[in-house]
Amino acid sequence: MKTDMKRRVFLKGSMAAGAVAVAAGAGLLAPQSVLAAWNKGAFEAKKVDEAVKAAMGAAETAASDAIKIKAPDIAENGAVVPITVSTSMAAESIAILASNNPVPMTSTYMLSNGSEGFISTRIKMGKTGDVIAVVKAGGKLHSARKSVKVTIGGCGG
Amino acid sequence: MAKSTIKARAKSKGGVATIKCLVTHKMEIGNRKDKKTGKMIEPHFIQNITVDVNGKAAVAGEWSGAISKNPYLSCKVKANPGDAVKISWSDNKGKSDSKEVKVK
Repeated sequence: MKTDMKRRVFLKGSMAAGAVAVAAGAGLLAPQSVLAAWNKGAFEAKKVDEAVKAAMGAAETAASDAIKIKAPDIAENGAVVPITVSTSMAAESIAILASNNPVPMTSTYMLSNGSEGFISTRIKMGKTGDVIAVVKAGGKLHSARKSVKVTIGGCGG
Repeated sequence: MAKSTIKARAKSKGGVATIKCLVTHKMEIGNRKDKKTGKMIEPHFIQNITVDVNGKAAVAGEWSGAISKNPYLSCKVKANPGDAVKISWSDNKGKSDSKEVKVK
């Protein structure tokens, strides 16, 4: 009788511990993008579609003329490629990708409090490819791309 | 205190301020090898950069190592002359810096 009780207590205890472990595991496995400030998934995706999906929630984008990408046609130095993305749409967020980089996602920007759809920065490009700008406006994704020829790569040494 | 890593300027015209900032940071992507030792150089780059206007978030950027060394960022936010614009960044090694400038 006594040992039986002990066994029961032991079983209960291990079951409870198991439940805790499962909960903790679920917490760790939940999309880190939601929990962490930095969207790891988007910056580790090796393909443009995956990166856009991780960053913006969907992979489908509609090409739009309302997005303008200002970038050089030929970038002599891939380590510094000036990119300006501007849009007349009420943008909620903007992502800038370089299609042929090992990791296409270069950066994302959340715009709030009436900030205009305008971002200018400088990115690295590994080789010739398209610069893609994805703009989220009105819950939909719009994109534009521009081909940039890179003569000296900026990724890797 | 060390010199700020951020250089920033904000100029307003008709209620929209253009912010330009430069950050001194090496932005190491993490896939390069040190030519002397043959070892990989570990990644070290800015992950988050934010622009706040009068304490409210305006632009929140997430960067990868694919942003150029000594990064530049320009954006347009709603702000009038005299407003306070705060730019802050933090990198993957937990370092951070911030700077506040007045909109001209």
